[in-house]
Amino acid sequence: MAIEAGRRAGSVHRADSLGTGAPRRAGRGRPTRAGEFWWWIFMRVSGLILLVLAVGHVLIMHVFGGGVDRVNFGFVALRWQSPFWRTWDWLMLSLALVHGINGLRVITLDYVRRPGVRIATNWFFATAGALAFGLGSIVVFTFDPCKWPGTVGIHC
Amino acid sequence: MAQRRTASRTGGFGSLYRGREGQWSWLAHRVTGVGIILFLFAHVVDTALVGWGPSAYNRVVSVYKNPPIRLLELVLVGMVIYHALNGVRIMVIDFWPKANDWNRQLVYGTVLLFGLGMIPITYFIVKPIFVKYF
Repeated sequence: MAIEAGRRAGSVHRADSLGTGAPRRAGRGRPTRAGEFWWWIFMRVSGLILLVLAVGHVLIMHVFGGGVDRVNFGFVALRWQSPFWRTWDWLMLSLALVHGINGLRVITLDYVRRPGVRIATNWFFATAGALAFGLGSIVVFTFDPCKWPGTVGIHC
Repeated sequence: MAQRRTASRTGGFGSLYRGREGQWSWLAHRVTGVGIILFLFAHVVDTALVGWGPSAYNRVVSVYKNPPIRLLELVLVGMVIYHALNGVRIMVIDFWPKANDWNRQLVYGTVLLFGLGMIPITYFIVKPIFVKYF
């Protein structure tokens, strides 16, 4: 009966997410249960997409077609002539950073026991990720080989 | 102590993660994941140098062409392939709970696929070292 009322009010489940029956402490933020559910979904969905993007990237750039020996400025300039590869690389950058940094957050839950240190660690990685995301996005979308005339195969 | 070891060997604390295949694949997933994200930070910076022109970018990618770095490259590619294959195994168990009963077999299947895949990958990554230097 109480549960039904709580469902209607939309509060009882969240207030007692651990099922301990303890009252919710004042000042505590929204329990993370719903958040963790969406992170769980995100890890799987992004994992599936990265299965194509990251494994494809590794096979194309490092294994087949000559590997890293052929990679240089001209190679990237030609490759990024195509919006397809720019989109591929940017999507991979975004998903891999969020997937990886959330993975690190899950790991700190196991090994960094003091909440203050854990929060600081997570903020450190999140900030590093945001910087990497910003830098990578700017380069992927603003790269223009015509700033360096004479690149083979590029007509400006 | 002996009792604890036996329990962990037979999966007495729960079959999916405690001891044996489940635990090792979990550990490998974690280690490869951390390895990949740490490399990713460096890789974003080195790739971003393409926005600073040919001399900057060509100089930084020449690092990847050193023979010892190629072995690290092989390790990195292996980490990505393992993490991807093992991620698929995790999702199979998540979305089809009956697969849990076959976890050991799935782990060995993952390792087998990984090993088979790494044969041609190792060949292609290591071959240039011999072509160039011997």
